[in-house]
Amino acid sequence: MSGTKKETGFTFTIDGIEITATAGQTIMEAADEAGVYIPRLCDHEGLRHQGSCRVCTVKAGGRSVAACTQPAAPGQAVENETQHLTKMRRDLVEMLFHEGNHLCPICEASGNCELQAMAYRLDMTEATKFPYLEPCRALDASHPDIALDTNRCISCGRCIRASQDVDGKGIFGYVGRGIHRRVAVNGENLADTTAEVTDHAISAEVCPVGCIIRKRVGFAVPIGEREFDKGLIGHEIEEKRK
Amino acid sequence: MSELPKARIATASLAGCFGCHMAILDIDERLIDLMKLVDVDRSPLTDKKRFTQRCDIGIIEGGCCNEENVHVLHDFRRNCDVLIALGQCAIMGGLPAMRNAIMHSDAPLRECLDEAYITGKYIRNTTHHVPNDPALPLLLDEVYPCSQVVEIDYQIPGCAPSGDIIFDTLAKLLTGKFRGFERDMIKFD
Repeated sequence: MSGTKKETGFTFTIDGIEITATAGQTIMEAADEAGVYIPRLCDHEGLRHQGSCRVCTVKAGGRSVAACTQPAAPGQAVENETQHLTKMRRDLVEMLFHEGNHLCPICEASGNCELQAMAYRLDMTEATKFPYLEPCRALDASHPDIALDTNRCISCGRCIRASQDVDGKGIFGYVGRGIHRRVAVNGENLADTTAEVTDHAISAEVCPVGCIIRKRVGFAVPIGEREFDKGLIGHEIEEKRK
Repeated sequence: MSELPKARIATASLAGCFGCHMAILDIDERLIDLMKLVDVDRSPLTDKKRFTQRCDIGIIEGGCCNEENVHVLHDFRRNCDVLIALGQCAIMGGLPAMRNAIMHSDAPLRECLDEAYITGKYIRNTTHHVPNDPALPLLLDEVYPCSQVVEIDYQIPGCAPSGDIIFDTLAKLLTGKFRGFERDMIKFD
C-alpha cells in the first residue's frame, strides 16, 4: 500500500482512467464519485444494490461482472465503454423493450423513462433481430391516486426495495420464476394495500419506466421538455470529471 | 454536391397517421436543397401510384396492418436499393400495434372490430356489420413492424421524427456520409 493514499484507499482503472476507491466500495460507487458513468437500470441511489438487470456489466480481470455489486479491487483494470460491452448492453435493453409492451409514443413516462434514455445512449436505432413477445399484462387503476401499467414493467425491483427498505411497507414483491417472474402487489390490487402517493416507492425517481403512474400529473411537463430531452442519461455523473 | 447525378426516392404511408409524411415537410426551406439532390418517384407527395423506374431510396411510414400494406412494402423492397423505416410505427408497429396486446382477449382483432363497429357505446351503424366490402384490404391478425416483413436498411426514430433528423439523415445518405445519428437527435416520442 502506498503511504500517500488514505489507509483504506486504493486505486484501480476504468478504461484506463485512474479511479480512487475505498475498501468495500463497489466498482459503480467508485466510478460515480470519480465522474465515470456506468449504465444501469436496476440500481438506484439510496436503494440497496441488486445486480439483476446486468446493464452495468463490465469486464474486470477478463470476467463479466455487475459493476453495481462487484467490490472494487486494488490495481484492477476494468473495461466499461468497449464496443463489445456497449453492444451487449444495447441487446439487453432491446430485449427489455421486446419482453414488455413499450410503446413510447403512447406512454406518459416518455422523456423521463430510463429504459428509453438508455436506448438513446446506447444508439438502439437499427432494425431489430428479436421478436416482440407482446404479453397481455394487467392494468391496475384501483387506487385513487396511483395506477400500475405492468405492460411497461422491466422487473428491476426498485419499487420492491424502496417499499421494503425506505417506506417499511413491503407493498411490492416478486412472484413467479424465470421469464414469468413479475412484480406484484401485496393484495388483490393496489387499492387493497397501504400504498400512498407520498411513498418513496411511488415517487417519480424510483420506477425507471412508466409502470407506476401518479394519476393526474402525467402531462404536467410536455413531451420534449422532460428530463432526458435535456441531456443523455448519466451526463450529471460525467460532468463531475469536467 | 449538385454535380452528382440526382437520386430517385419514393415514399409510402402504410399503417401510420401520415404524420411522418407531414414531418418530411418540416424540413421547410431545406426542401429546396434536398430537391437539388433527388427526384421523387412513387409517393403521396407526387401522387404517383406506381414506380416509374428503380429508386435509390424508399421511405416507409407505418407498419403493416393489412394485406395491401404488405404488398406495397414488398413492392418497395423490390424497387428500392435502400429502404428506410421512418418513425415508430414503421419501426415497431407504433400506436396501431396497441391492438396486438392491449386487447386482453383470445380473438383481439374480432373484439377490436366489434367494439369499433357494433358494440361500442357511441356507434351508430345501422347495418350492424363490420364493413366487408371486397375493395377493403383484409386486416392481418396483428400489426407488424416493417422489419418483420422485409429487410430494412435504416430506421429514423421518432413520433413523428423531427424535420432535422429526416433532412440530416437523407442528406448524409445521399452523399455517402451517414455514420449513425447524433445522440441528441434520437427520440422515440
